[in-house]
Amino acid sequence: MYSYIFRRLAVAVPTILILIVLSFMLMFAAPGGPFNSDRPLSPTVMANIEARYGLDQPYWKQMWDYTVNVVTRFDFGPSFQYRDRTVNDVISQGFPVTLTYGFWSFVVAVIFGLALGIMAAIRHNSWLDYLAVGISIGAQVLPNFVMAPILVLVFTLWLGWLPGGGWNGGQWEYVILPVVALSTSYMASIARIMRSSMLEVMNAGFIRTARAKGLPMYRIIMRHALKPALLPVLSYLGPAFVSMITGSVIIDVYFSTGGIGQFFVNSAFSRDYSVIMGITILVGVLTILFNLVVDVLYAWIDPKIRY
Amino acid sequence: MSIKATLLASGAAVLIGLSGAVYAQATHPVSGEALAADQTFTYRILDEFPSFDPQLAEDVSGGEIIRDLWEGLMNQDADGNLEPGVATGYTVSDDKLVYTFTLRDTAKWSNGDPVTANDFVYAWRRAADPVTASEYAWFMELMSLQNASEILAGEMAPDTLGVRAVDDLTFEVTITQPLPYFAQMTTHFTTFPTHQATIEAHGDQWTRPENIVSNGAYVLTEHIPAERSVRSRNPMYWDNENTIIETVVALVINDENQALTRYLAGELDRTEVPAGQYPRLAEEYPDEALSFPLLCSYYYNVNLTDTGPEALQDVRVRQALSMAIDRDIIVNNVLAGGQVPAYTLTHWATAGFEVPEVAAAAMTQEERNAAAVALMDEAGYGTNGAPLSVEILYNTSEAHQSVAVAIGQMWKQTLGVDSTLANQEWQTFLEARGNQNYELARAGWCGDYNEASTFIDIVTTGSGYNDSKFSNADLDALMVEAKTSDDPLPLYTQAEQIIATELPILPVYHYASVYMLNDAIQNWPVNNVQQNWYSRDIYKIAE
Repeated sequence: MYSYIFRRLAVAVPTILILIVLSFMLMFAAPGGPFNSDRPLSPTVMANIEARYGLDQPYWKQMWDYTVNVVTRFDFGPSFQYRDRTVNDVISQGFPVTLTYGFWSFVVAVIFGLALGIMAAIRHNSWLDYLAVGISIGAQVLPNFVMAPILVLVFTLWLGWLPGGGWNGGQWEYVILPVVALSTSYMASIARIMRSSMLEVMNAGFIRTARAKGLPMYRIIMRHALKPALLPVLSYLGPAFVSMITGSVIIDVYFSTGGIGQFFVNSAFSRDYSVIMGITILVGVLTILFNLVVDVLYAWIDPKIRY
Repeated sequence: MSIKATLLASGAAVLIGLSGAVYAQATHPVSGEALAADQTFTYRILDEFPSFDPQLAEDVSGGEIIRDLWEGLMNQDADGNLEPGVATGYTVSDDKLVYTFTLRDTAKWSNGDPVTANDFVYAWRRAADPVTASEYAWFMELMSLQNASEILAGEMAPDTLGVRAVDDLTFEVTITQPLPYFAQMTTHFTTFPTHQATIEAHGDQWTRPENIVSNGAYVLTEHIPAERSVRSRNPMYWDNENTIIETVVALVINDENQALTRYLAGELDRTEVPAGQYPRLAEEYPDEALSFPLLCSYYYNVNLTDTGPEALQDVRVRQALSMAIDRDIIVNNVLAGGQVPAYTLTHWATAGFEVPEVAAAAMTQEERNAAAVALMDEAGYGTNGAPLSVEILYNTSEAHQSVAVAIGQMWKQTLGVDSTLANQEWQTFLEARGNQNYELARAGWCGDYNEASTFIDIVTTGSGYNDSKFSNADLDALMVEAKTSDDPLPLYTQAEQIIATELPILPVYHYASVYMLNDAIQNWPVNNVQQNWYSRDIYKIAE
């Protein structure tokens, strides 16, 4: 097991390096630059700015210096757009925000998604099943950019219960709407996967045996059916978790949370190269990490899997 | 927390409590209106701004905040006229090349240091210094400061800039040509003083709330990028006793419809009205929906270089295209926010400017359409001639798209000209337009100061903003003459007539500011066409 984790981590290093190189190439291929505006700069000023940020160096040198700084000093450089911030500042301010509502969205999506899926499976073809399927399809077809305005309209404008945006240091009333808006479609997917996988497991031989032994239903589900039924859900949860905690751009932009999703989009538009790179690497590392976590969890849940 | 700090904190709390109690019953010193207990002004800004540093800031919403945090030599009043700032006044030499500003001795930095002429000398040199790499360094050139161009080009040292501290309270500026609007330009944030010791101590991070030292009516107390920034009254400000708004909160909200919903839910005191929604809001909220002129013009650049289509080199084609645009439909049906049709470049509300009579403006749209068809026939294009197709390039935005769709349709119907629409995101768009890699491109220009030359200069030969690459010797000569003229208006009229005939740009409309503003907020400067507002001038009345 440890050698497996070690091997996976060893493969992650070249993966990240390839990610850096590809991102750099795409970035430089895009027209424009961080200091272009509709009021063109004088060549001297432009030259000075480029020198200040090392943009006058050849591409390979910029890429090399950048990678060395990231690897040796964990320094992602200064933001090109926000003069008084470094990329580390941007991430350390924005990531906790995104992490907070992403984590709660994950918890909400998993709890409600699993509950709906299990309910639908064990009461297959009953009104409960139809209700659960109905809810999950409804939640799936309402993407978060539709969900968010509806939530704000209802809970902010009409009922006046919750603020329509902002973060305010993460006070609970500011967290609720982003969490609801972000979690619904994930919850729907989890419910659907759980339902079909649970249905399959419930028809398996070992469950029939358990029933024949006269075990009560809740024990059959909790003790025998849940673990094997979770496997397909688990492979979905890894990437879902990463995409939740690394920033739903729509949630960040719509609820003005100050999370990294907003910086990611803005930095791409304004060609803030260092911020684009910093967030790309962060997302890349987290994706690799959580895929590994999921694979390890697999082995724990399913004893048939050996690494 | 030490005992001393605790005592200080509780003292401050008592003071805040007291001032709150005072304001609960307070009335406005002049108007006598009952003031609201909570003097917090909360407004929406579109985006995080790149910097609070006056010499580095470059955008409108950053400028709004900087005008609260710092104060320059002169300020603008509610109508956009000059009023004293740090300077109590100024004198001009006979040759109009030397300005001497007298500073008030009560002006202080937020740390208690006095504001002196040396602070201005430092700031102005810093703005021009290529090492600062300010994106607004061009403003120093625009002010015609002695040696500014050479310093920007790296040929001379920054300390050769034409500014001098005669003594602590006397600041002298030398310019290279008389500029009738020079004093106006000192209301711009690039010219605001900065505190040298703070900048040297903290480097790039001096504008963070924990480090910042400023001299305006407010100090920065909180800044969470992309979420909010908060500024509170500066007790050191020389006119603090006449300031009423206690706290100003700027919330970053990217989506303007979301901002409107939050405004309607009472979370904001001010937000912009999305295109097309003004008539409905004005009907539902007549006391809150506002529209007033804003010193910007909207037009299409025409690529006059060899990379542009040959047809557009023919002035008759440009005239026909311009005449066939039904501007009334654009402003009344597409935008519907109080914008004004434009047949010339300079905004109609510009100070000391009168919109010249041009033939196209006086006609009805039917007459314009008929004239346009005749011009097209003459040029050999359109319905009865060679087919013509043009591409309209704009930066991605719903409003720009609506305008382009409408104009394309008008050209098709009236002239039989086909148009294709191309939208590009901002950076790509700038690159294409700046390199004349387009046929027709959307553009907007906002006055840097309230005088017609800020508009007309952009179509002079060699102007960095002349994306049409228009060159007309007569117009250039007029603009040179206008700089030193005592009465430049006739010259501007002639220049505008050249633009209206040659049409290097196709004017579409003059902007308006379209806001929702909480009706408890009083004294908003609706007559200030540059929308240079200062939080210390406004106040909130009790509902």
